[in-house]
Amino acid sequence: MTYAPGDRVRVSARSHQGHHRTPGYLKGRTGRVERVRGSFTDPETSAYGGDGRPERRLYLVGFAQTELWPGYPGAATDRLLADVFEHWLEPA
Amino acid sequence: MHDRGGWHDHSPIDRSEHELADWELLVDALVGSLDRRGVMNVDELRRGIESMPAEAYERASYYERWLSSVETILLEKGVLAPGELDAEVRTG
Repeated sequence: MTYAPGDRVRVSARSHQGHHRTPGYLKGRTGRVERVRGSFTDPETSAYGGDGRPERRLYLVGFAQTELWPGYPGAATDRLLADVFEHWLEPA
Repeated sequence: MHDRGGWHDHSPIDRSEHELADWELLVDALVGSLDRRGVMNVDELRRGIESMPAEAYERASYYERWLSSVETILLEKGVLAPGELDAEVRTG
């Protein structure tokens, strides 16, 4: 499953033993693909002596701050932008 | 100490800038050269930081965490022998 800018995506809520780059506060949250970053080695294997292949596609995803933090005091239009690998995303 | 981002803190984040000490510049250079020589990569660096006991992680400064990780990963890879660094420090 690949995504394009504008697509709504949900970050998988699964847990993962070991190093990974998906922040816990984004798991299960829905956002929008802002940009396709390209393909990069996978930190989940390259952190353990592997070569990080196959490369994984990485997306810049935007989230509404008000949906991430209860009682968020800033503007309703504030967004949080995060890089998330494709294998952590689901269509929403 | 894994996935620290987004936790509630008891005190505000210290945003003040400080001059880097010589040892901090050296740790940065060390990590850069270990990466370029293919000895350890940034994902291993991050995993090594995450493997720190929570209390030590919270007490450590940014580059102290890097240094802790370098020691962990180089011991794991056999680049350093157990006790080698301590012996070196003692003899100067």
